[in-house]
Amino acid sequence: MDFSLSPGAVEFRAEVKAFIADHLTTEVVDQMHATGTFNDKAFNAALADAGLLAGAVPGYGDRDPIELYILFNELEKAGAPYDGLAVTMLVAGVINAVGTDFHRSRVLEKLLTGRFNCCLGYSEPDHGSDVASITTKAVRDGDEWVITGQKMWTTMAHVSDWVILLTRTNPDVPRHKGLTMFLVPMDTPGIEVQPVPTMATERTNATFYDDVRVGDEWRLGEVDGGWAVMGVALAFERGVMGGTNPAVPLLRHVRDWATGATSPDGGTMLSDPLLRERLARTAIANQVSQLLTLRAAWIAATGGLPGLEGSMAKLYATGRYQQAVAWFQEMAGAEGLLAFGVEDAAAGGWIDYDARHAPVTTIYGGTTEINRNNVAERHLGLPRDR
Amino acid sequence: MDLDLTEDQEAIRDVFADFFSSETGPEQARDAEPLGFDSRAWDRLIETGAPGMGVGESRGGGGATLADLTVVVEEAGAHIAALPLVDHMVATRLLATVGACDDDVLAGTTIVGLAIRPAQDGTARTVPTGAVARQVVALDGDALVLIEGDPGAHLENHGCLPLAHRRLAGATVLADGPDAAGAYRRALDEWRTLTASTLVGITRTALDLGVGYVKERHQFGRPIGSFQAIQHLLADLPGLLDGARLLTAKAAWTGDRAVAGQTGVADIGDNEITDFATLACMALVSSGEAATTATDRSLHVHGGYGFSEEYDIQLYFRRARALSVVLDDPARECRRLADLLLAGPSTSSPPDADHVTSGATR
Repeated sequence: MDFSLSPGAVEFRAEVKAFIADHLTTEVVDQMHATGTFNDKAFNAALADAGLLAGAVPGYGDRDPIELYILFNELEKAGAPYDGLAVTMLVAGVINAVGTDFHRSRVLEKLLTGRFNCCLGYSEPDHGSDVASITTKAVRDGDEWVITGQKMWTTMAHVSDWVILLTRTNPDVPRHKGLTMFLVPMDTPGIEVQPVPTMATERTNATFYDDVRVGDEWRLGEVDGGWAVMGVALAFERGVMGGTNPAVPLLRHVRDWATGATSPDGGTMLSDPLLRERLARTAIANQVSQLLTLRAAWIAATGGLPGLEGSMAKLYATGRYQQAVAWFQEMAGAEGLLAFGVEDAAAGGWIDYDARHAPVTTIYGGTTEINRNNVAERHLGLPRDR
Repeated sequence: MDLDLTEDQEAIRDVFADFFSSETGPEQARDAEPLGFDSRAWDRLIETGAPGMGVGESRGGGGATLADLTVVVEEAGAHIAALPLVDHMVATRLLATVGACDDDVLAGTTIVGLAIRPAQDGTARTVPTGAVARQVVALDGDALVLIEGDPGAHLENHGCLPLAHRRLAGATVLADGPDAAGAYRRALDEWRTLTASTLVGITRTALDLGVGYVKERHQFGRPIGSFQAIQHLLADLPGLLDGARLLTAKAAWTGDRAVAGQTGVADIGDNEITDFATLACMALVSSGEAATTATDRSLHVHGGYGFSEEYDIQLYFRRARALSVVLDDPARECRRLADLLLAGPSTSSPPDADHVTSGATR
């Protein structure tokens, strides 16, 4: 095995780090947390203009695919607003895998400019993990489709230009065989976006579709072939495009705080042996999370679809992140409850923020239970029981 | 980057998977208890050249890298071989650096062990292979010393390891000073790395045993492996296994690079770690946790049979714990790791044991 990056990848990483140092200003971070929108169009556009998005679409182009991993890994480690960008590039990857020339010229090429966003329309109010049971329907009308229904957790819908929408086109066949995916422009009449605030101040949305008419050219994949498109999208989502190293910025913030914070037992918090043990355990978990993510990226880079490996990375990393957050918030005591900008806030408020953010990480992008089902059935070969 | 084994390593893996599969296994491990030494299998292993394969070719060894050795010992762990292989490999490499690895040691006809803990009052205590090794390398102050003579009296133990105390009296000083201490510390990091790989092998088989059992065992009219409560206990384990294996492989990779003169970094703020001592410690803690968790869950899903001597999982369960703690409490290893990663050593005394939390979740 060889864990070193190629000279080209090392150079790319240095470019990304330099970009982050120049563009990830306090204003950008503050704006992200103030608005709850973890997407910054100017930042994304600057990334594209610097040539750093050329390898950011899974499976697309002639760049070294490991650049995709490096880009999102560096953005995540730095605490940059990358959520919207990751979803957008994921959709670009789906278009690249199953889209038509129309989709490529009308959407994919624009996404690469960093000036447009996409969002994911899978979940519904009554259908989350059981996504094959969704009821938003699409009915053919000549060369058009008429879409009616509601989606939930449509994060970034309020800043998006397109949504990929999972719809039911055939109610008379087994549930996962009657689904069709569409790429729908968000300015199509009949779409309404309502904000859903969360306890982490991250904004998500409910979206409503009332007789939304789109031409057949906006269909993504085969009619009743939406489940296969979902499979591609999920394989890209889990593990490879950020979300599996959230404890890296946490560890950095806590270490920096502990260096100066006074311990009730005397000395600094950094001299507390239990905190030192936990910082070390978190450092180990961060290395393992990085390696599991790197493996998923490496499988993708060598032509595979790392669905299961991504599930393993997400299961491991999100569990460890939640454990680390709980440890550090307890050890920071009352100061660990204080918010950004508040006097005495431990780690400048990051501990409070991470503690509010952590619960969603074992829910979104496939819950821990769904990922365990995947690993149990498809990796361990245990009998399916649902 | 390449996360596959090299072609040579695949060949090494296949050869030793065959060897350990035919010469060792649960039956032989039982027969070797309580001492934990299968002398017949060791004699056969000598024929393969494995005992000296980690020593450089210029010194008469096999010229294998640390990464190559991890491949061999993962198979030994997976087949629960009652052999002092890790300690012998590490000790021969250490002896070779000071020109003290004789032909019998190189061949394996004389077994050499490593005292992995500091000597106390002139005794190297609980030497992992002290009850079977005629030679033991130890650090006495800043002096690297060689203890020779009959193996020590076996200390019966949880994992049926050939543990024994060994007296330092009469030991030969092989080298002295900072370089000697440095060579010993390097050897200890190699021991951590290879023990981690052994634990990865134990984890792998423990998972296989658990999955195999829950597919066969029926209750309530169905295989218990169809119950989600059982599935979810096991579904966390492949990530733990693969993560521990990757981290151990990375440690070995940096260990081999260090020999070639390439120094590493340890920056937790950027999650950029290529320092061998840091990764060796991380690999041991991570693999120990993977092995203890996997054997615990696999034993549990066996029900009462897992607790019985008749079933194999208990062999793996006990060795997972023994190899995880024989060097030190993993929490203390983590505090040692913290001293490598963070400014300033800890100043206050360790907290009460019941406040020390493990990274394991169940």
